[in-house]
Amino acid sequence: MSERLAIETRSLKKVYGSGNTEIVAMHDATLTVRRGEVIALLGPSGAGKSTFLTAVGLINPPTSGQIAIGNVPVLDGPRPLVNLRRFRRQHIGYVFQKSNLIPFLNARENVQVALELNGAPPRAARRRALDLLAELGVADRADHGTSMLSGGQQQRVAIARALANQPSVILADEPTAALDSHRGRQVMELFQRVAHQHGAGVIVVTHDHRTLDVFDTIYEMEDGVIRRMAPLSTVLSTR
Amino acid sequence: MNLAAKDIQHNFGRFALTALGIGMLLMIVMGMGGIYRGLIEDATLLVDRIGADLWIVQRDTRGPFAEISRVPRSLVYRALAVPGVESAREFLFHTIQRQHHGKPLRMSVLGLSWPLDKGEWLPLVAGRPLAQNHFEMVADTSLGLRLGEQIALGKDLFTIVGITTGMVSSGGDGMAFVTVWDAQAIQFDMPGEAIRLERAARERRSQTQDVFLSQPALGEQLARPTAELPGITAPQLSAVVVQVAHAADSARVAAVMAAWDDISVFTRSGQEDLLVQGMVDKARRQLGMFRVLLTAIATIVMALILYTLTLDKLHSIALLKLIGAPNRVILGLILQQALVLGSVGYGIAYVVGQQLFPRFPRRVVLTNPDLVQLAVIVLVISVLASLVGIWKALRVEPNEALMG
Ligand SMILES: Nc1ncnc2c1ncn2[C@@H]1O[C@H](COP(=O)(O)OP(=O)(O)OP(=O)(O)O)[C@@H](O)[C@H]1O
Ligand SMILES: [Mg+2]
Repeated sequence: MSERLAIETRSLKKVYGSGNTEIVAMHDATLTVRRGEVIALLGPSGAGKSTFLTAVGLINPPTSGQIAIGNVPVLDGPRPLVNLRRFRRQHIGYVFQKSNLIPFLNARENVQVALELNGAPPRAARRRALDLLAELGVADRADHGTSMLSGGQQQRVAIARALANQPSVILADEPTAALDSHRGRQVMELFQRVAHQHGAGVIVVTHDHRTLDVFDTIYEMEDGVIRRMAPLSTVLSTR
Repeated sequence: MNLAAKDIQHNFGRFALTALGIGMLLMIVMGMGGIYRGLIEDATLLVDRIGADLWIVQRDTRGPFAEISRVPRSLVYRALAVPGVESAREFLFHTIQRQHHGKPLRMSVLGLSWPLDKGEWLPLVAGRPLAQNHFEMVADTSLGLRLGEQIALGKDLFTIVGITTGMVSSGGDGMAFVTVWDAQAIQFDMPGEAIRLERAARERRSQTQDVFLSQPALGEQLARPTAELPGITAPQLSAVVVQVAHAADSARVAAVMAAWDDISVFTRSGQEDLLVQGMVDKARRQLGMFRVLLTAIATIVMALILYTLTLDKLHSIALLKLIGAPNRVILGLILQQALVLGSVGYGIAYVVGQQLFPRFPRRVVLTNPDLVQLAVIVLVISVLASLVGIWKALRVEPNEALMG
């Protein structure tokens, strides 16, 4: 396989619980994301989107199936093939649905901590954190505690943190749910720019059909299975 | 960026209160050590200050402080006759509790061997040593007596002519210094009625004995003061303190005296050991037990607090793990907070203790070795206390950050 893939998942299956409380949240989820590619993952609530994203994010290992990131096999079923924590630190940026920030740190420090964990010297980390916050339009809130930020502002700080280490994979679970459509589109475009500039693979779970034109590919998940959707123009025309 | 410091900043009030609580606990632990040191110091202080080389006491007693000892006055002259003895002095010591201005007043009375010893060695803060052989007293400031004040003891009225500081007996009672004669008068004082009754009893006893009936002059003798009767021992001393000449070997001198069958002889350090091992030992163990208990309690309280502080941070810890923080960072976060809590607590204990301990009725002495020892203990219990929190934190799964 000569093609440089950001993410490759094969036949991911996730079973929660056991016995009669058993739930198959993910069923044969197979997906590849090329470097520089930004994909959207649509699907109804309970379809297994978050389950898929956390599996790819190496924090919720699948029951079976394989995951490779940057052509490196990292998970074989629940079995880790690399040091997952270091891998996450170096290669993956996350934005989740809620409670993304550390409450005892202010906005700037929440971004800075990700940089320092990767060995950035404090001064440089601080400067870069402020740059990122500026890019996301929350520079004026840099010194605010997280509880003093609005939902949308919190989300933007989380996005800044996800981008901080220039990860090869960015995973975002409804990152724009708390943002107005203008900001939402801005964030999506930012993801696109990062993906194209740094060759990152980006998966965004979203319900916002107005921004779908930003994405390179669109997938839909239903009952634990991922399907590639018809080209964008078709999706839009059915609306 | 120091995560522990940031978290402390964020929860400052709570953290400060916790540190205060721990500090108070540690202060008690510190104080108990200080009380013990104080006991030892009080116990050995007098022996130190008197500075005698040898203590001659009643045979097989551990007197005169640890128990009652009685030796005859003439022992002074016997001691002086031993080669190598430079001086020998009378020593009388007893504790009394009297009523003064309607309040109980406990004092340890020490008889000074007038005129050899006028109390020049006493740490006077006011007044002067004794200047006459009767009715003057040097009192410790802890007795609460003022210079020039008069106090009635026995049938006599004593005037306070000097005030010392820090002179307390091993029981913690303030000391009063009078001449040996006065000390005896205080110790053996009998009410007039008791003397009359005693004389009557003597006379009655004499009626039954032929020797008094046949020699009436002998019976008249019985009416004389007790101290003048040849058949009754004169008031006795508690001990004789001996100063050995520079050139002489005090062990040799002691060996000579030890051969006398009516007395025991102790060196200065022997006398100090008697006090420390005998009288203070139980108190030491008592305080030691309390210290151990309090240290254990402090550890448990700290562990509990650190555990709840960790529980509150569990989401943050999961999030840190999620973004890839190594265990070292998580461990450092909790351990550093434990150490900060411990050291701030220790600091509070020290500062508050410095203000509070001097107000205690008995001496609390903080020695550097004790302070260092406690600091090490605090270090150890801080680490121990953080273990439960660390254990909990290391078990948190990163995806728990996404719940709640
Ligand atoms: N920790 C868990 N334990 C048991 N079941 C779970 C767990 N997490 C998710 N599930 C179940 O797995 C299924 C998929 O959940 P998931 O969160 O992946 O859906 P989703 O597509 O992200 O939905 P939404 O759009 O509402 O966020 C659901 O039926 C959910 O109840
Ligand atoms: Mg979801």
